[in-house]
Amino acid sequence: MTYAFLARAGAASALALSASLALAAPRTDLTMGQQLEPPHLDPTSAAAGAIDAVTYANIFEGLTRFASDGSIIPGLAESWEISDDGLEYTFKLAEGVKFHDGTDFDAEDVKFSLDRARAEDSANAQKGLFEGITEVTVVDPQTVKVTLAAPNGSFLFNMAWGDAVIVAPESIETIKTNPVGTGAFRFENWVQGDSITLVKNPEYWGEPAKLEKVTFKFISDPTAAFAAVMAEDVQAFGAFPAPENLPQFDADPRFKVLVGSTEGETILAINNKLPPFDNVKVREAIAHAVNRQEVIDGAQFGYGTPIGTHFAPHHPDYVDLTGMSDHDPEKAKALLEEAGVSLPIQVKMTLPPPSYARRGGEIIAAALREIGIEPQIENVEWAQWLETTFRGKDFGLTIISHTEPMDIGIYANPDYYFQYDSAEFQGVMDQLNLETDEAKRSELLKQAQEIIAQDYVNAYLFQLPLLTVANAKIEGLWENAPTQAADMTGVYWTE
Amino acid sequence: MSDPRVDHIPPEATPFRTWHLAFRSRNLVIGSVLTLVFVAAALISFVWTPYDISKLAISEKMQVPSWSHWMGTDHFGRDILSMIMVGARTSIAVAVVAVGIGMLFGVPLGLWAAARRGSMLDEVIMRANDLVFAFPSLLIAIMITATFGPSAVNAIIAIGIFNIPVFARLTRSGALSLWQRDFILAARVSGKSSARISFEHILPNVTNLLIVQGTIQFSLGILAEAGLSYVGLGAQPPVPSWGRMLADSQTMISIAPHMAIFPGLAILLTVLGLNLMGDGLRDIFDPKLRRSRA
Repeated sequence: MTYAFLARAGAASALALSASLALAAPRTDLTMGQQLEPPHLDPTSAAAGAIDAVTYANIFEGLTRFASDGSIIPGLAESWEISDDGLEYTFKLAEGVKFHDGTDFDAEDVKFSLDRARAEDSANAQKGLFEGITEVTVVDPQTVKVTLAAPNGSFLFNMAWGDAVIVAPESIETIKTNPVGTGAFRFENWVQGDSITLVKNPEYWGEPAKLEKVTFKFISDPTAAFAAVMAEDVQAFGAFPAPENLPQFDADPRFKVLVGSTEGETILAINNKLPPFDNVKVREAIAHAVNRQEVIDGAQFGYGTPIGTHFAPHHPDYVDLTGMSDHDPEKAKALLEEAGVSLPIQVKMTLPPPSYARRGGEIIAAALREIGIEPQIENVEWAQWLETTFRGKDFGLTIISHTEPMDIGIYANPDYYFQYDSAEFQGVMDQLNLETDEAKRSELLKQAQEIIAQDYVNAYLFQLPLLTVANAKIEGLWENAPTQAADMTGVYWTE
Repeated sequence: MSDPRVDHIPPEATPFRTWHLAFRSRNLVIGSVLTLVFVAAALISFVWTPYDISKLAISEKMQVPSWSHWMGTDHFGRDILSMIMVGARTSIAVAVVAVGIGMLFGVPLGLWAAARRGSMLDEVIMRANDLVFAFPSLLIAIMITATFGPSAVNAIIAIGIFNIPVFARLTRSGALSLWQRDFILAARVSGKSSARISFEHILPNVTNLLIVQGTIQFSLGILAEAGLSYVGLGAQPPVPSWGRMLADSQTMISIAPHMAIFPGLAILLTVLGLNLMGDGLRDIFDPKLRRSRA
């Protein structure tokens, strides 16, 4: 009796002890799972989104930055003034900012970064962001002036991209393996093929990070990702690759599921130069053959918003054009007949690894067979897709999510992989780039959306959701992905 | 005529006796039944399947097994039983052609090497076989499909190439011992060329070995096809394949386990059936084993 009592008392005090410990100090480490490993860690010289996912806001900062809701907020520039003609931006830089290697951050670094990005031999993946800049002048160490050739309504937006972060000339040589930025976390270690570890930057100039240590763990296989989250090997997983598993996480009190939106317009891209798809009627037929809801239900298990044009539905200028390409196989057949093509049409359909493409491809292929188009499915890996489909343009159909924000401008480039060439659309884009008046810009953007929908350039499927699974006790993760990022600066454990 | 027991069919091996033995071999009976079930399923699928698998019905996805769908439905709402029946076709076709390629090239090579035993030609053929044998077969199959693009045809060729040395070695070793026999000597004395002897006298006498090995290779072929399809290098959608069905079900195994169980069982039972059948056949065809059991 006494013995049992003692044992119980012991257990109770142990419980009390652990409870008080937990109260005293919430966890300060976090292992974040993500699917793709970055090829290197320089966001200013590669398009790979995985680089931004690790470095954006955590290691590197830009003059401005994206907030979780997609708005533009000050970054290293604490304020700015725009001249009346819209050509001069004067940025006032934050004070007391140091790079992780101890060197000071000042206007020279800004000039270096922007000049490097817009240089002739720059390896920047988004050189278009810097195209309008004619000069970057250092006024004093805390002030920098950027002069543009023409007014650009989206300049501050452009400066928030991961491709426009500020780097230091002192550490640029080794940036790919040892990134040195100004962010709230410092790079510590990279175990190739496994994980990258960041630690808190104690000398951060802004509000310090709440976590002491963040580990990004790379798990490419969806099944392994599921197992890792279930076993709590990773405490959060950004852009979870298997939507079919989400209901299980949702039902489990240990986890929470965040369903946000990304900038990813998921489309069935059509090679506009490849006969018979150079005929708008054939492309329209494809658009009517596809049942968007079926693709969303079958490939994404219901997660996704239908779109009718290449534009994010959460954007205020979005026009709902889904009605122009509603599911109507009879109309599709009639259109093919009108086009006078001989059926069946054999076409190569390349599918990259994500499940929206692989599963969506099978669903769309079955729908296209109904109207007499026979897609030959070819499942390819990313490297192969980039090589043959994206650069080589050797495809008829492919499924892909365009995750860059506000990327409708790609339709103005006739060399882009789907090879849409329309003088009308290019004209609208030229006008848009010069226009600074918000109302007129909005009008032009709407017009642009309508042109590509009318030309049935591609079959528009759905907006890719951002599915994040996290431990229920973690707060502060981004719900939406205005850019590819896993901003850890505001993340904390509640206990 | 030196030893009638080995040069001639033993007196007890009448056709009746062979069938009797066959039915007494439990392995052979179980193996043949399993194999027949899958061959039958594949054949029936040409004329009839419970549901049309080219039609997707997303609204009926991932249903558990029921009276209307005996094995449930997959993530596209297709009937899994129908998928397995049509998938059997893919598996069997790949295995038949792969074993066929192996026999077509391997057997003549083996016969040729045996006919010229000890010569340079023998060395060249057998060392080339050793070379192919030295590579891990599935790895080379992955290389071939990765180079020439993933498709069922490339999978067949890849698997077939690795069957060549298997049959070449087997044929050669079987033929070598036969070449020492008196009936071959008789044939040579009567003036037959070695090519003719190989095909008229040697080949019929190694057929037993080939059938047994063929059965085993057949099951390995099915397994290899499933493996290649699983990693996405075999038959491409919409052609159903057991391996790909498994791959598709992988992330859903905790919500819809039937999607993995049935194709998994199909592979297991077919491979098991073929192996049992191969074992049983060997028991019957091998005179040494046969005497000890009879």
